[in-house]
Formats: sequence, structure tokens, C-alpha cells
Amino acid sequence: MTNLSTAPAFTPGDVIAESTITVTRETLVRYAGASGDFNPIHYRDDIASAAGLPGVIAQGMLTMGLAIGVLTDALGDPSRVVEYGCRFARHVIVDPSLGAQLHIVATVKEVRDATATVALAASVDGAQVLVKAVATVAL
Amino acid sequence: MINPAIAGKVYPPTTPYLVGREKIREFATATGTQTALCTDVEAARGAGYADVVAPPTFAVIISQKAETALLFDPEADIDFEHLVHGEQKFSHHKAIVAGDELSATLTVTSVKALGGNSMLTTTTEIVDDAGEPVSTAVATFVIRGVA
Repeated sequence: MTNLSTAPAFTPGDVIAESTITVTRETLVRYAGASGDFNPIHYRDDIASAAGLPGVIAQGMLTMGLAIGVLTDALGDPSRVVEYGCRFARHVIVDPSLGAQLHIVATVKEVRDATATVALAASVDGAQVLVKAVATVAL
Repeated sequence: MINPAIAGKVYPPTTPYLVGREKIREFATATGTQTALCTDVEAARGAGYADVVAPPTFAVIISQKAETALLFDPEADIDFEHLVHGEQKFSHHKAIVAGDELSATLTVTSVKALGGNSMLTTTTEIVDDAGEPVSTAVATFVIRGVA
């Protein structure tokens, strides 16, 4: 249930949600099953390296989904996200033992009559993996 | 790489996909969402939804089904070993909840050459069983040129 008293206020410049998520090979396999994206570059090192990648990489849609999850948890209602888009800038390489640390920061950019735009910064080791990741939230 | 003549091509609607409650829960878990509306039926009903609510990127399950027809279309001649997902955007017209029956119609909106690469943009309209618009998914794929 959306509890308005705990819902974040929307003021441009405010960080309304932030989280560091450990992405492991298990995260990738779980997402493959949940989404139906069974491209083996997301779970097989030999196929990833044959494709010219430095290792198994996370599904771009997983990174996109994890990033918006941080915002929807703060909102309490996923359907308040009426628009969400991003560009996939860099692969998230997922080490078999260490995984990858994905850092997400949701910052209010602009507030209009009935909507707010929220920028989602997603980075691994300080490098942005998504660019122009922006969600439009119904107020 | 890709046949530029497929720009404008519209693929037939996908077989209706029945959105399952456990699928929404599974997808929410896989994308790290803790929101009760995605997992708890009573919470979702209390907030006015018929059943649990899908996370914002859940629509990719349905749009991906429409993309499969394009990726395996011999006329498109896509070299999918060199295909990379470049951009993705969803515009949601209404919430997706468990019990919805959704189908997707994909249009190839553009095919462009960019350096040695090709850029393919698709627009997929997802509708419910009454034909009402649910989501619009716009995807850009880059097909890397092989030197």
C-alpha cells in the first residue's frame, strides 16, 4: 500500500533512494529464468569469451530492472513509474566468485504538475553502466 | 549485417501471454524489488489493483517475444552474434497485473548505418485482451560491423 506519509517528497536535487547491490552469477541465472533471456553470454564463460567479452556479463535488462527497483521500493507502487528508459553504456562483468557491486542513486531532476523526472545513476567501480537512465513518476 | 529494406515492417501480434501471479513474484525477486504490491495479493487489492502489480521492466517479457520474430526473420538477415542491446524505453499506459492477457505488435521503426555498425530501432505496442494499450516498448539494437 502506498503510504503517503512515508512517500518521499520530490524536490529537484534530492536523492530519494540509494543502494548497493551485489550481482552474482546466481543473480544472472535467476533473472534469466524470470525474464526468459537465456543468452548464454550471461552464464557461460567459454561462450562469453568466444563473443569477445572479458567474462560473463549481466543482462542489460537486469541492470535496468535493479536500478528501477531501488526507486519503486522507495515509491511503494511500481505503477507510479509511467515512463522509464536508458542507454546501456558499459557491460557489467560478473566475476564467478566476487560478483559485481552495482551502485544505484535516484535523484529528482524536475517536478512538473503531475509528474517528477528521476535520474538513476548506475555504476560499477565508479564507472557508469547506464546513461540517460530516467524515470517519469506520477505524483 | 541487416537488410535496410525491413524499415517499416510490422510483425503479426504475438500469441496472448497470460501474466501469472508467481511470474510477477519471480520477476520482482530477480530484480531485487521488495515492494509489497508486487508480491502480496492483499496489499495489491487494498491499493485498488485486481492482483499483484508487475515491476516497471516486466513488460520486456512480452516485448522480447515480439522481437524473436524479427531476430529470426530471414528477410531481416540479422547477424545476432554481433547484436547488442543499445537502448530501451517503456511508456506505461496502465499497470500490468496478474491475470492480464497481453499481446505485442512490433514495428521496425528505423534501420540506420552508423560508422561500420547498423542501428535498428523497434517500437512494440503491448495491448490487453480488450485491445486497450498497456505499454509501448522502444528498443534500439546495435549490430556491430565485422571488419
